[in-house]
Amino acid sequence: MKAVCWHGKDDVRVEHVPDPQILNPRDIIIKVTSTAICGSDLHLYDGYIPTMEAGDILGHEFMGEVVELGKAVTNLSIGDRVVIPFPIACGNCFFCQSELWSLCDNSNPNAHIAEALYGYAPAGIFGYSHMLGGYAGGQAEYVRVPYADVGALKIPSDLRDEQVLFLTDIFPTGYMAAENGNIKPGDVVAVWGAGPVGQFALASARLLGAERVISIDRIPDRLELARRHSQAETINFDEQEVIETLKELTGGRGPDVCIDAVGLEAHGASVDALMDRVKAATFLETDRPHVLREAIQACRKGGTVSVPGVYGGMLDKVPFGAAFGKGLTMRMGQTHVHRYLQPLLERIQRGDIDPTFVISHHFPLAEAPRAYELFKHRVDCTKVVLKP
Amino acid sequence: MSEPVTVKRQVTIAQPADKLYAFWRSFENLPRFMHYLEAVRTLDERRSHWMAKAPLGQSVEWDAEITADTPNELIAWRALPKAQVNNWGSVRFYAAPGDRGTVVQVELSYEPPAGKVGDLVAKLFGAAPDQQVREDLRRFKALMEAGEIPTIENQPHGERTLLDKVAGALKPSK
Repeated sequence: MKAVCWHGKDDVRVEHVPDPQILNPRDIIIKVTSTAICGSDLHLYDGYIPTMEAGDILGHEFMGEVVELGKAVTNLSIGDRVVIPFPIACGNCFFCQSELWSLCDNSNPNAHIAEALYGYAPAGIFGYSHMLGGYAGGQAEYVRVPYADVGALKIPSDLRDEQVLFLTDIFPTGYMAAENGNIKPGDVVAVWGAGPVGQFALASARLLGAERVISIDRIPDRLELARRHSQAETINFDEQEVIETLKELTGGRGPDVCIDAVGLEAHGASVDALMDRVKAATFLETDRPHVLREAIQACRKGGTVSVPGVYGGMLDKVPFGAAFGKGLTMRMGQTHVHRYLQPLLERIQRGDIDPTFVISHHFPLAEAPRAYELFKHRVDCTKVVLKP
Repeated sequence: MSEPVTVKRQVTIAQPADKLYAFWRSFENLPRFMHYLEAVRTLDERRSHWMAKAPLGQSVEWDAEITADTPNELIAWRALPKAQVNNWGSVRFYAAPGDRGTVVQVELSYEPPAGKVGDLVAKLFGAAPDQQVREDLRRFKALMEAGEIPTIENQPHGERTLLDKVAGALKPSK
């Protein structure tokens, strides 16, 4: 089959590789009908995530048709159309039973690597480094899905791929970011990053009752999308000082909820952002937490900082004193996608939201290298769907 | 004869003690999650024959007997005299707090023999017997909770360069 393989910084290749096989009783194999490139795939493409190996198959946003069933999978049939959550979760452990699916105890065969770094290992993730399981991803013609009996969501035939594909990650991720903000009626929610997760965070904040949403980015077409789709007010950080502007926009009190939908590769021209670039380049720091600092600084007293953006390692000069002094609540983590599949599918069916609004490009899988390059440079590109 | 090596590790498993005890008590099951074991055969109610994997087609084998057996709480065993490698072990099952299943506590000991057998045993347990036991218990937990052990062996990947393969071969084994 054809698959998108990682070969290092700025180097992905479409290669012919063997088809996947059932390895465990709860596995299925699906024929991928649609897959997408995630902003977090760019962290891999940019070489920021450790424990990748050349040849690893990428992709954690994918859906398709069941073509093979492990012998323990009895709730799915050959031919079912299914959407697959990006975290791999067993459904049986304490964490899955507590709906903390992305913290599954049993799905990471390389748990010892993550344990060494984090103390305890989070769940495995498709196509996202060996520390997170080393699972082959879904930017391919076929993919093996472990624990499919609890992971795969069957999709009714009247919904198109594009309408449900983002249930795999970015819609639940934006939604959980907003939910983690504990939004109350009348709240003002500021979202850093107007990429796909930021867009879904803005839209979800609206769904959850935010009175005003503010989008912060530097890319005009993304800010325009935030205005158009979520009636967001916008701040272009190349032109406006973010913290001051937020203060003015909120009558001097600050946003109630600040969402960092950027993560470890924040851009910025401030002194701290430039220091981060130098430190990251010289391995004195692994992540560039400029946005996180700004979100903590900007948040109102007693407010919530919610972090769907991915962080991987060590952060310098995070203003923990400000977080403490203002009594902030901080919530974060990989999305517990399984928890949101059914409720968000219902929202799509009811017409509360049409997730296709983020799509800017379609490419054949074979042109994935060009798509990565385009997405990396964000040239009028918010979201790429690949078709095998 | 050198000092015995002892490893003691715990894991919490979201399953009742009777299920875990019963699975462990059938020693034939142990090689499913203890990777250094090739096979264990029950000889009679108290005695069993253990075969460990060894490099280059060699084997380390011994007979063991159960020294304590309290249903759903404790199993202890030790190698019979004249074993190539003197070793003993125990597993205890406690109720975890907050109704979160069962804490499984394993203690394994062996006396590293001198000479050729000693070299084999050293290879068997690797440089970090502690980590081995930790991985054994991780697999036991996955098997008991999820019904299978997670794996990526034999899954497809793109071209790996010679350098990658060398790096892979040098990686410390689990």
